[in-house]
Amino acid sequence: MNLLRIIGRRFSRNKLALIGSSVVLSLITIALFAPILAPYDPTTIDIQNVLSPPCKAHLLGTDELGRDLLSRMIWGSRVSLKVGIVAVGIAMIIGIIIGSVSGFYGGTADAILMRFVDVMLAFPTFFLILAVIAILEPSIFTIMAVIGVTGWMDVARLVRAEFLSLKERDFVDAAQALGASNFRLIFRHILPNALSPVFVAATFGIAGAILTESGLSFLGLGVQPPDPSWGNILTSGKDNIEVAWWLSLFPGLAILITVLSYNLVGEGLRDALDPRLWGAERD
Amino acid sequence: MLAYITKRMLLMIPLIFGITLITFIVIHLAPGSPVEVQTEMSLKVSAQAKENLKKLYGLDKPLHIQYIEWLQRFLELDFGKSFVDGRKVLDKITERIPVTLVINVLSLLLILIVAVPLGVLSATKQYSWFDKLSTIFVFVGFSTPSFWLALLLMILFGVNLGILPISGIQSIDVSEMGPFDRVLDWIRHLVLPVGVSAFGGIAGLSRYSRSSMLEVIRQDYIKTARAKGLPESRVILRHAFRNALMPIVTILGLSVPGLIGGGVIFETIFAIPGMGQLFYSSTMSRDYPTVMGILVIGAVLTLVGNLVADISYALVDPRVRVRK
Repeated sequence: MNLLRIIGRRFSRNKLALIGSSVVLSLITIALFAPILAPYDPTTIDIQNVLSPPCKAHLLGTDELGRDLLSRMIWGSRVSLKVGIVAVGIAMIIGIIIGSVSGFYGGTADAILMRFVDVMLAFPTFFLILAVIAILEPSIFTIMAVIGVTGWMDVARLVRAEFLSLKERDFVDAAQALGASNFRLIFRHILPNALSPVFVAATFGIAGAILTESGLSFLGLGVQPPDPSWGNILTSGKDNIEVAWWLSLFPGLAILITVLSYNLVGEGLRDALDPRLWGAERD
Repeated sequence: MLAYITKRMLLMIPLIFGITLITFIVIHLAPGSPVEVQTEMSLKVSAQAKENLKKLYGLDKPLHIQYIEWLQRFLELDFGKSFVDGRKVLDKITERIPVTLVINVLSLLLILIVAVPLGVLSATKQYSWFDKLSTIFVFVGFSTPSFWLALLLMILFGVNLGILPISGIQSIDVSEMGPFDRVLDWIRHLVLPVGVSAFGGIAGLSRYSRSSMLEVIRQDYIKTARAKGLPESRVILRHAFRNALMPIVTILGLSVPGLIGGGVIFETIFAIPGMGQLFYSSTMSRDYPTVMGILVIGAVLTLVGNLVADISYALVDPRVRVRK
């Protein structure tokens, strides 16, 4: 509890991290209350108001089918939130399991798993993601799964490194001497102590997943129209690049702000969780 | 040194094997066989014709046999023929490589030229307004979707100002230009793509050189250099900078997959006929031989990038060579 308080104090002293976390919280609120907050239905077509620039009725303008951009962006925030959480969740689970096994058992299992990590890291991630998505049907579920399955390698390495040093510690020997099973040693004794770098990686991972999703949806391989996502709104921004700047500007700004906020939170967490920095007032 | 390089290269063999295996598995996850994709347009194709097509591509054999045969051909650099136009995959890829390579090399250079001085300067003036400004730039750079940046720049320079072309790598009337104009035309087409592809890298590398420099500045030998009365510029440039540069070499090697993979989006946006665009169009048309070829080549290029990074690191840092 005391440790948590130290971490909390260090985190809240970091102004940028505080700004980041309040933006993240507001985004989650917006996503949760999208049906109430959105002034229009995000998929209703309005032929009278095609490509209207930002005005009183449509604060951020409309797209080529007369749909309200603000409403589409509010609904689109749900996509980012879902993809971020689910994709990173999948990556964390795979990474933690592979990293724990590798670090705890060592030897042949470790050698094979780490070569597997090396192989996965050799692929340009975007190529791999694109190949799998094109083969399967593009949808938000495919995207979440594929980003997760191609994004666990760093977590595995982090967890393995933590395990390698933690398993030599006395408390592990003590638990083993008391007859704890390997399963119990891994999940009850070692893993909880190895989690802080994982939290940091997860926060940065959400930022990365949101960026990847927007890129894929932009290419038409993610969330399929008419469902809105920030990435696929940008596709219509590109198609109407000569006439409708607002379709390109606002969704991208939303992506930028969201990703930036998660990155700031991640950076704040990293500093707050790093005991080496605890003594120093500023670093 | 030679022993180190040999060992390092031997380590690559199982990795390349793993890369081919994963590529093969990924492509064969596909529910519909490529034969169906090819024939679904015409309903008149008979079952017999489909069987013939399958036999032609070797798809009638068990999977492990298919893999071994594919691997054998792959080792002879025979990637098969494209499903789309029947041309050799290797030819399709090699004609795309120069464009992608030129853009990547240019943007790597741009990254180095901008990011390293930026990082070193912010480290030497830690907590100054310059440091704060560049930190903000770094975070924004990390968080900006490159394709969005490309869109904005296209709107600004292509549509509003009308001073830069927004797609392709040469103008339509390029054949009528003199040699000087031709180079100029080419440069004008490359400004935006190179700038966009370098943007994220600049943020990353400047952050990295900053922390690498900060680490070095705290070392005892820097204190010694200062204590013996050397001018600050000499301490920074001769003593600190050279040591801070070493880890940066590694990062450059590690950035290869990002540059290759990131090419997909901006090559598509700017309509640049490079590897990324070829990969995108091949995945869209389920041109499996081309997709597999590019996946493997992209991954092997990454390994080579890592190898070059490790070797140059060993060259500049003797400790790496000696360590077992």
